[in-house]
Order: sequence, then structure tokens, then C-alpha cells
Amino acid sequence: MKAWARQHVAAFRSALRRLSRPAGVLSALVIGVAVSLPAGGYALLESLREVAARVTLEPQISVFLRPEAKRAEADALGMALRADPRISAVRFIPREEALKQLGAVEGLPDVIASLGRNPLPDAFVVTAAGESLEPLAAELAKLPGVAHVQADTVWARRLTALARIGRLGLGLLAALLGAGLVAVTFNTIRLQILTLRDEIEVSKLIGATDGFIRRPFYYLGLLQGIAGGAIALGIVAGIIALLNREVRLLAESYGSSFRFALLSRDDAGAVLLLAGLLGWIGAHLSVSRHLRQIEPR
Amino acid sequence: MVSFSAVAKRYPGGKAALHDVSFAVEAGELAFITGRSGAGKSTLLKLIPAIERPSSGSVIVHGHNVGALRRAAIPYLRRNIGLVFQDQKLLYDRSVYDNVMLPLAFSDHAPNEAARRARAALDKVGLLAREKANPIELSGGEQQRLAIARAVVNRPALLVADEPTANLDAESAARVLDIFVAFNQVGVTVLIASHDRGLVERYGKRVLQLSEGKLA
Repeated sequence: MKAWARQHVAAFRSALRRLSRPAGVLSALVIGVAVSLPAGGYALLESLREVAARVTLEPQISVFLRPEAKRAEADALGMALRADPRISAVRFIPREEALKQLGAVEGLPDVIASLGRNPLPDAFVVTAAGESLEPLAAELAKLPGVAHVQADTVWARRLTALARIGRLGLGLLAALLGAGLVAVTFNTIRLQILTLRDEIEVSKLIGATDGFIRRPFYYLGLLQGIAGGAIALGIVAGIIALLNREVRLLAESYGSSFRFALLSRDDAGAVLLLAGLLGWIGAHLSVSRHLRQIEPR
Repeated sequence: MVSFSAVAKRYPGGKAALHDVSFAVEAGELAFITGRSGAGKSTLLKLIPAIERPSSGSVIVHGHNVGALRRAAIPYLRRNIGLVFQDQKLLYDRSVYDNVMLPLAFSDHAPNEAARRARAALDKVGLLAREKANPIELSGGEQQRLAIARAVVNRPALLVADEPTANLDAESAARVLDIFVAFNQVGVTVLIASHDRGLVERYGKRVLQLSEGKLA
């Protein structure tokens, strides 16, 4: 094996030994907890985003007819809607189909059966050509035979906006905790350098290069970051498993199979990579600052 | 091998340690530097491996002007100089053998060759039987011999020792100096600083007398 490869292996082993000591394990735990916050938040938001994505975000308006409206009136209204240039698509939902859809929701068939008649009106789902729903909805509400108009996408848009705020918050949190990770690594390496001051001084005296002395600390920062990232993934997996026990019960009561998902393999890899990179940066900053202060006298 | 030309060294704060020092040590020579405490012996020796830089003048070691060396080049200069200090600068968290292995960690030697060299160096100073001991278990003289073993393990052409016998009894001091003489006899250039003029004169080698930073 070439000398440089031997030196890298030796530096890597030395870093592993230092990481396995109580101080190294504790630092990795601190990093793990710090990284688990944005990683966990990201996992939860991704799960919610998938739910939101299933909801159409097209600008749609539900137009409900009066219960006593005849089918001929509905057909005439349908023709008028299709002729309107502000409307790109029109879908008619007869009251019978609406009742059928409602009956598919868990817990409701018994309620519907107890009614004895179909209380639902015929309805149109109108897709607007433009973004501005409110003026169109107000005009549609005035059409003959129309009882009620509802712009369906408002809540979905609010959900999307909330998710966007959540992601922004997570981004800021991740940046803050990333800086924290760098600071934790910086301090860990600083303490290691202080502990090894004699060895570093002697090594410099007998001809060790800066690169040789720095190498174990870089590996330590990198390994500590990766270990912290792995701990964070474990924490996130544990929290999601606990949450899903309760979410499963709630979701099933709505006839849903929704569960919070674990981070994908790519996302988990990105967490490890990023944590390792931040650890390396922390080590670099610490080594650059503190090693120069140790010179043989 | 080592050449000082009109070297002066002034520390920050204004204290002048060396004035206009000029001398040369030829390859294969053994020379002593003597003088009272504070005469500038340690400062002079620290200029050779670039632990300190001269304020003026030139220090030439192995053909390199030490004062003009880039920081990155200093480790490679030091690898060709065996350094021995009064306080030994041993690492007490590892064995005698591991202390000697330290300079070999960044050499190009294969592990087997490195181990062979380390044991050979320990053998030369009479410490092979103590290779597994912690340096703290060794006597003062043994610790100094261990420091010599570490200094010579990379087979440097130049050995520089600063007061290697200062804390030793007469017998241990003589044994340590005998080791330096033995290395000199196989061609290693040796420069030793000692305040004990009586001890060094016994060897009949060149003695450079320093007084208040000047060569007498």
C-alpha cells in the first residue's frame, strides 16, 4: 500500500477511535438531535404535501342547483356554462351520483339511509379559465336555478400556502441548526486539539506536515457529522413510528390509509451527506484556527 | 552541513538573544556549544530546525537558507534533523516503542520496515527490552536515551541536542554523551549544547563558547 494511503487509513482509524470515546459519542448525539428537527419536519411536510397534491389545485367552482330544479333546467344551465369563455371545463354531477359518492364515506351510509330521501342537489363543477374565481363565482350565483356557489380550491390553496410557510420555516431552522452543527464540531475538534497539544507539538518538531496533523481531525469532523446524521434518521424513524400509531386510528376513522412516511432513501442519503459535509466544515474551521497556535517552542 | 553567518536574533519585546554569530559545522563533525544559562545556546539550536527564525544573517542547513524557507517546507527540513531536548518531549500516553514509531508514521517506510527501524533504534540506545514500558516508568537517563532513539530512527544526517545531560547524574550523562559520540563515529553530524564545560572537554571535540549571545 502506498504511504499516503497508509496514512489516510491510520488517520481514519484514529478518528474512529476518538469518535467511539464518550466525548465523541455525546457530540454525535447532540448533532443527531439537532439534525433530527429539520429532517423530521421535512419528513412530516413531505407526507402532507403528498396529501395536498392529491387535491386538485385548479381554480374550480362548485355550482349547486336548487333542490327543486328540473333536469331540463340543469341541461340549459350546463349549455350556458359551456358557452362561457371564462370557463374551461364543466362537469355535471347528478344528485344520484353525489349521494353515491357520499355513501362511500365510512360511517355515512347509515345516516343517509335514515334520511329516507336524497337531500343533495344536482351540481356542476366548473373549472375557470383564469385565476380570478370570486367575480365569476358571484356571477354564477345569480344564474337561474342556482342555489349556492362554492369556490372549492380556497382551502387547498390555504393548505399549500401553509405548507410553503412550513417549508420556509424548516429551511430557516435547517440553516440555523446546520450552523449549530458546525459550531458543535468546531468545539469538539478544538477540545481534541487542546487535549492532543503535546502530541501535535512533538509531531511538528519531528517533521509532520500540517496535512498529516490535520487529517485525523478532518476525518473526525466528517465521521461525527455522518454519525449525527444517522442518529437523526433513527430519531425521525422512531418519532414517525410513534406518530403513525395514532395517525392510523384517526385516518381510518375518515376511511383514509394516510400515514406519515419515512424519508426516502435519497433524502436519507442527503441528510447523511449534508451532516458529514457540515462536520467537515466545522473541523476545517477549527483546525485552521487552532493548529496554527500550536508551534514548538 | 550547518553554517551561521552574522546571525542575530531579537525576540518580540526587544530582548536580543544572539549577536553577530558566525560559525560552520562540517559534515561528520561533532561540536559542543557551551555557555552559562541565558547565553543563547537554546536560541542558537532552535534556529537550525526553524523553530525560531533569525532576525538577521543567514542560517544554512543542508544547503537551505532556513530563514527564507516557506512554512510548508519546514517539516521536510526537520525530518533530516534529529532533535533532542532537555525535557525530552516524550508522549506519556503511549509505550516506548510507539514513541519511537512516531517519526515513522509520516515516512514512506512499509510497516515491517518501520517496526524494524524502531527496534534497531531502541537497541542502539539499550532500551529494546523496555519497548512495551510507558516512558514514565523509565529513569531520567533512559528517557533521554529514548528521546535519542526517536531522534535517530529516521537516520538523519544531523543530530542537534539541547542540554541532553542537564538533569542527569554523572554516569547517565556520560552514557548519553557516549551514544552521541557513537552516532558521530558512523558519520552523523552532531551539535550538542551543554552548560557543563568540564563534561564536554573530556571528549576533545570542538567547543563553541557562547557568552551573552556572542561567540567567544
